[in-house]
Amino acid sequence: MSTREPRKRIHLAAHFPGVNSTTVWADPRSGSQIDFSSFEHLARTAERGLFDFFFLAEGLRLREHAGRIHDLDVVGRPESITVLNALAAVTDRLGLAATVNATFNEPYELARRLASLDHLSAGRAAWNVVTSSDAFTGENFRRGGYLDRADRYTRAAEFLATARELWDSWTPEGTPKPFAHSGPQFRIDGEFTVPRSPQGHPVVIQAGDSPEGREFAASGADIVFTRHSTLEAGREFYADVKGRLARHGREPGDLKIMPGVTYVLGDTDADARERAAEIRAQQVSPQNAILALEQIWGRDLSGHDPDGPLPDVDPDPDSTLVQGRVRVADPVGTARKWRALSEAKGLSIRQTVIEATGRQSFVGSPETVAAALEEFVATDAADGFILVPHLTPGGLDDFVDRVVPLLQERGVFRTEYTGTTLRSHLGLPSPYERVEKA
Amino acid sequence: MTSTRPLHLAAELAPGHGRAAPGPDTAARTVALARLAEAAGLDFLTHDDSFARPGLDALAVLARVAPETRSVGLVPTVTTTHTEPFHVQAAVATLDWVSRGRAGWRIDVSPTGAEARLFGRRPAPPTAELWQEAGEVAEVSRKLWDSWEDDAEIRDAATGRFVDRRKLHHVNFQGATFSVKGPSIVPRPPQGNPVTVVDATRPAARETAAHHADVALIAAATAEEAAALRAELHRGARAHGRDPGQLRVLLSLTVDPDAYEGGPGALAGLIADWHAGGAVDGFHLVPVVPERDLERFAAVTVPLLAGRGLFRTSYEGTTLRDHLGLERPESQYAAGARVRTGAGA
Ligand SMILES: Cc1cc2nc3c(=O)[nH]c(=O)nc-3n(C[C@H](O)[C@H](O)[C@H](O)COP(=O)(O)O)c2cc1C
Repeated sequence: MSTREPRKRIHLAAHFPGVNSTTVWADPRSGSQIDFSSFEHLARTAERGLFDFFFLAEGLRLREHAGRIHDLDVVGRPESITVLNALAAVTDRLGLAATVNATFNEPYELARRLASLDHLSAGRAAWNVVTSSDAFTGENFRRGGYLDRADRYTRAAEFLATARELWDSWTPEGTPKPFAHSGPQFRIDGEFTVPRSPQGHPVVIQAGDSPEGREFAASGADIVFTRHSTLEAGREFYADVKGRLARHGREPGDLKIMPGVTYVLGDTDADARERAAEIRAQQVSPQNAILALEQIWGRDLSGHDPDGPLPDVDPDPDSTLVQGRVRVADPVGTARKWRALSEAKGLSIRQTVIEATGRQSFVGSPETVAAALEEFVATDAADGFILVPHLTPGGLDDFVDRVVPLLQERGVFRTEYTGTTLRSHLGLPSPYERVEKA
Repeated sequence: MTSTRPLHLAAELAPGHGRAAPGPDTAARTVALARLAEAAGLDFLTHDDSFARPGLDALAVLARVAPETRSVGLVPTVTTTHTEPFHVQAAVATLDWVSRGRAGWRIDVSPTGAEARLFGRRPAPPTAELWQEAGEVAEVSRKLWDSWEDDAEIRDAATGRFVDRRKLHHVNFQGATFSVKGPSIVPRPPQGNPVTVVDATRPAARETAAHHADVALIAAATAEEAAALRAELHRGARAHGRDPGQLRVLLSLTVDPDAYEGGPGALAGLIADWHAGGAVDGFHLVPVVPERDLERFAAVTVPLLAGRGLFRTSYEGTTLRDHLGLERPESQYAAGARVRTGAGA
């Protein structure tokens, strides 16, 4: 291999495996999704592995299926920012990222909570800005669900801009200056209660995939969390999003692209493949297979045998069966693909779902997985990865013990933390340097 | 004369008004104070907050303190006027999870126009209405904490079900200014319901305290006045169908123990006398300078009380409800679980 250029360094994050259909709960090693000890274990493991950050997702209404609360997957989680403040006490360097919805919060309060986390963690806070327009979730909130889908990023962009005005409103010497913001979404004024925090602005993550979402990321996010986790799709996404940066006066290094990925390790590649198949069978129970089908078809398919053939009927395009979860974009096309797969390989409903959904991104011996991760980053399919283990809380242990040392040997991952803030781990400038540069 | 009722002691952590703005040393400072209070065996610590003066988010500060303490209760002020009830209850439930059952919240309102302009959603209504709304936030929070029954999680591999959905409940709360569908996203916290504290030193808050508080804070110049206030709160609680035995009334004492006439030792005498006379269930120390005053209180006043057998020498339970002698409530939905299933409930 050529040694002309220094190798691109990999960034790593740990996604807590909680409310997620890939989290295996019917395994004797599966622990609590809510006890603080589970969060502590995973965060300490990530920090032992010198990860950039720890990541928590958010869902503000329990999912429902056919008007009833979905009961097949792990459910129940803590409020993110609160649990991250507690984790700040048991970790030292690890970044702490909370997913928080811009639709169901107000800039003053959320900016204050994020700045507080940045102070209490000495510069390790990050905010994954998600948007929602769905009236189903809105039923839990004062504002309800009246936001048009088209407005979700308008609000998110003005929300973020307003938050930055608040974070900037104290002088570096520690004097608050009054602020006033007046825009279509927010008209607020007063004084912010929190002094400038160690990072100035917490690190901003974006996780939407629409053109508006990508543009929002290009205009001001520090990290994109994406689902494009194959080499091909990753390169395409990477080129698209990085290509948008120049128009916003930003450089390619200013925005890190990190797909969410899963992995299975084994002593050999064959061993890992065997374990991967076992895990897929645990993830897709017979009941979950029918449910996955119903989510595509939008119909009650409870009468079907999970070990039998796929239904003959076509999906209902206008179904409201599934609530609290994004519905697949093209149900009819997806159903056609699943049918073809089932016929070609002679697969039952359950086998088809196992085959067609949620295949693990990286499967192999530690050497194989380390090489594949390096290839992704070296060939611009990603700048790093948000790892989603399938077990709580021990699911990251083997990766840290077996893969991280290999990445270090390859010279593509840090061997110690060189800075104290999340920005420093990511190689991102302070927001104030950026302003001065411009 | 000795009292039969246990004595409860609490203290405030936030620096007084006009103190230096908080910054990077907040975590270390607060942890040190909390450990001091914990070594003295205090029931709980409050941390004041508002959107109107410099300071970090109080619930965040106490979440940061939780893993570095083991026993002391943690009670941040949480405002209900401009915040989302659903988020607020989830944060308090999470504080209970990360502290393993030591969380409370002191409900407060945001009455000023200046606070309303920070949010720009609505002008500040009259204070009486804000306390009414705070009461509704307390009520919906209890419903949401109860919306997961304790045994909702079943992990039943045979049927593929992680939860028993008959034990998860929509709360369908309709208040005057907001509504919430539920259930909560957070499983039922360790204490069932974290402890609700209301500062009833202000008359506008008294009705909400009688209706919703597990702990009410009062101010009084004499033991007689304190006893009358306590009786009034008990009457109010009874009128709302509550057992007054589940309401603790603590007297707020804004003092510098050294400046107190006779010093921190004499302060112990006052506490012992008022408590023995049945005027109050305990005291909430509001120090002038927490670092100095809490240290004196812990080093001199509390040991004197413990030495006279009036205060615990070590924690007996692990949760804040244990310290306060309050029952862990059953979920209000537990009895009717069978008829309240699904979305249509
Ligand atoms: C990888 C990934 C993770 C996401 N995680 C969350 C989440 O935890 N909570 C949430 O409410 N939305 C989440 N979303 C949804 C989005 O952030 C986004 O708000 C939504 O997809 C609408 O934007 P879009 O139309 O640009 O995709 C996630 C999306 C992606 C791609």
